[in-house]
Amino acid sequence: MIKKTLLTALVAFGLGLGGTAAYAEGGEAHVKDYDFSYEGPFGKFDQEQLRRGLKVYTEVCAACHGLRLVAFRTLGDEGGPQYSADEVKAYAAEFEVFDPELDDTRAAKPSDKFPKSGLETAPDLSLMAKARAGFHGPYGLGINQMLKGMGGPEYIASILAGYTGEEKEQAGVTFYENTAFPGGWIAMPPPLEDELVEFDDGYDNNVESMSQDVAAFLMWTAEPKMMARKRMGFLVVLFLSLFTVLLYLTNKKLWAPIKRKEA
Amino acid sequence: MAGIPHDHYEPKTGFEKWLHTRLPVVALMYDTLMLPTPKNLNWMWIWGIVLTFCLVLQIITGIVLAMHYTPHVSMAFDSVEHIMRNVNGGWALRYIHANGASLFFLAVYIHIFRGLYYGSYKAPREITWIIGMLIYLAMMATGFLGYVLPWGQMSFWGATVITGLFGAIPGIGPIIQEWLLGGPAVDNATLNRFFSLHYLIPFVIVGLVAVHIWAFHTTGNNNPTGVEVRRKSKAEANKDTVPFWPYFVVKDLFALVLILVIFFVFVGFMPNYLGHPDNYVPANPLVTPPHIVPEWYYLPFYAILRAITFDVLFLNAKFLGVLMMFGSIGVMALVPWLDTSPVRSGRYRPAFKWFFLVLVIDFIVLMWCGSRPAEGLVPLISLIGAIYWFGYFLVILPVLGFVEKTNAVPETIEADFDAHYPPKKD
Repeated sequence: MIKKTLLTALVAFGLGLGGTAAYAEGGEAHVKDYDFSYEGPFGKFDQEQLRRGLKVYTEVCAACHGLRLVAFRTLGDEGGPQYSADEVKAYAAEFEVFDPELDDTRAAKPSDKFPKSGLETAPDLSLMAKARAGFHGPYGLGINQMLKGMGGPEYIASILAGYTGEEKEQAGVTFYENTAFPGGWIAMPPPLEDELVEFDDGYDNNVESMSQDVAAFLMWTAEPKMMARKRMGFLVVLFLSLFTVLLYLTNKKLWAPIKRKEA
Repeated sequence: MAGIPHDHYEPKTGFEKWLHTRLPVVALMYDTLMLPTPKNLNWMWIWGIVLTFCLVLQIITGIVLAMHYTPHVSMAFDSVEHIMRNVNGGWALRYIHANGASLFFLAVYIHIFRGLYYGSYKAPREITWIIGMLIYLAMMATGFLGYVLPWGQMSFWGATVITGLFGAIPGIGPIIQEWLLGGPAVDNATLNRFFSLHYLIPFVIVGLVAVHIWAFHTTGNNNPTGVEVRRKSKAEANKDTVPFWPYFVVKDLFALVLILVIFFVFVGFMPNYLGHPDNYVPANPLVTPPHIVPEWYYLPFYAILRAITFDVLFLNAKFLGVLMMFGSIGVMALVPWLDTSPVRSGRYRPAFKWFFLVLVIDFIVLMWCGSRPAEGLVPLISLIGAIYWFGYFLVILPVLGFVEKTNAVPETIEADFDAHYPPKKD
């Protein structure tokens, strides 16, 4: 029995090693653990940062990428960039959308959604901050994600700030070296450069800072109800904790005669 | 109804008598709530209530989610985002439902291992155990079907992989697979039937749960000593038990609310921790995710599925893996007839304790294996884990019953309880 088990195990071990060789490719990706204002149970979106991020998105990302799940009106929602109704209206009007009733394009209204990606190979960004995980491990135990969060926005910021300046051509496509991208080479050209976007309040507009701004903005587009969620989480946990204490005391008193103890 | 002798409902007023002779519903509720329950139950006996709560929670949140969800390949993903963004409290419903599935499975695993340790499956509770296993299988099916509904990448590819398992059955496999999918590949017909069944099976579970509860209300609860409640007379039974209401209702409620505190930490602050980022990417039949992983609660069995990497005789590795995966649950269902020990509770079985501990560790290691790419040492560890899983049920439990020298079992539940909580000397 043991001999057979060992033999089977050895065969499996050999097969396993074969599998490793075929899989071992792609470099180690480096995702920086940026500190975002919305982290932690009490963290809140920084309204100013979301507005800067929206500006970076509008002036840079939107050239290729869309936000097809995000309605313009939500830019006015509490817990988001929270623009006034007029500002949202004016902002939406900068975009052209297709209206099936007119069978033509027209200026967007707050009730419309952002256009989808203009470039076919550019993924939609609405949920990107939740569709990528920046942190993994160690050894698949999920501890890093438990401590640092899933790392979607960190991954986005690290990609945007992770270009080394190296490029290579492969089958007619140019790839750019990026320290955060799995495999190390990404097809997206470096979108940001220092001072590319001017902020009204003169806020830092180096690549690192803008990367974080747009990553924070994309966390908001992916999870627009995050503030409401944390508020609910806090209230429910607080209420249930108090309820637990009361039930603990009730239970103790109830059982005291059975267990012949003083309540 | 047989069972532990206890006081029964006596209709008093005229209306109660009128109702009782026509529909004894109050008596049913009374007998259910006043069930004499062994007074030495420990904290491992709270999970049944947690599970009942989860079932109700999932059904209520699920019904409301279904009001806003659209089961169509071109609309399903966006309708989930509509729930997350536009439906009042929709994000809360969806996160509670998604994390509720995890709580449900966590509770069921502890509940099952509780049964395995204290020998709750042994005569006369075999039917309770078998029904429990059917509930567990129905939960696995429901969970899988539900995970497909958001129509993300992991939904689509998970559906492809899991239905592909049926395709591995020699001969009729491909026909079964096509029948399950409603076509040659995962498509709109698949999504529609998965939605329909995801809505249906929970109500089948409700029925099974009713039978599960009925069965153990007939045999009485097991307890940590594994010693039966004395049932010669009511006076004797009263020494071993207390009524379910209020003693265990309050105790279970306390445990449930404490667990819900942790549950809402997940829902409120890390709702996507147990999910896969890939499922926020809409399903795309042309792009395979680099690493297809099921939800955490399927991982141990997924690891057993992948543990077989070699053909044996005329059976190919994939089909063997499928057999092993279903077999691993099958042997667990047969445990009432595989365990030969005359002693019910693991508490009085010194050797069994160690084998059981290894089984729990084995389960956790297999879970880890299932989450890793099948490379390096993972297939080997999975194979060893799978062998131990089968060995525990098919070899260790049958043999141990004959060779193990067990410790003394207390005479009565009362004696065990009094040893913990000595009676006051008057």
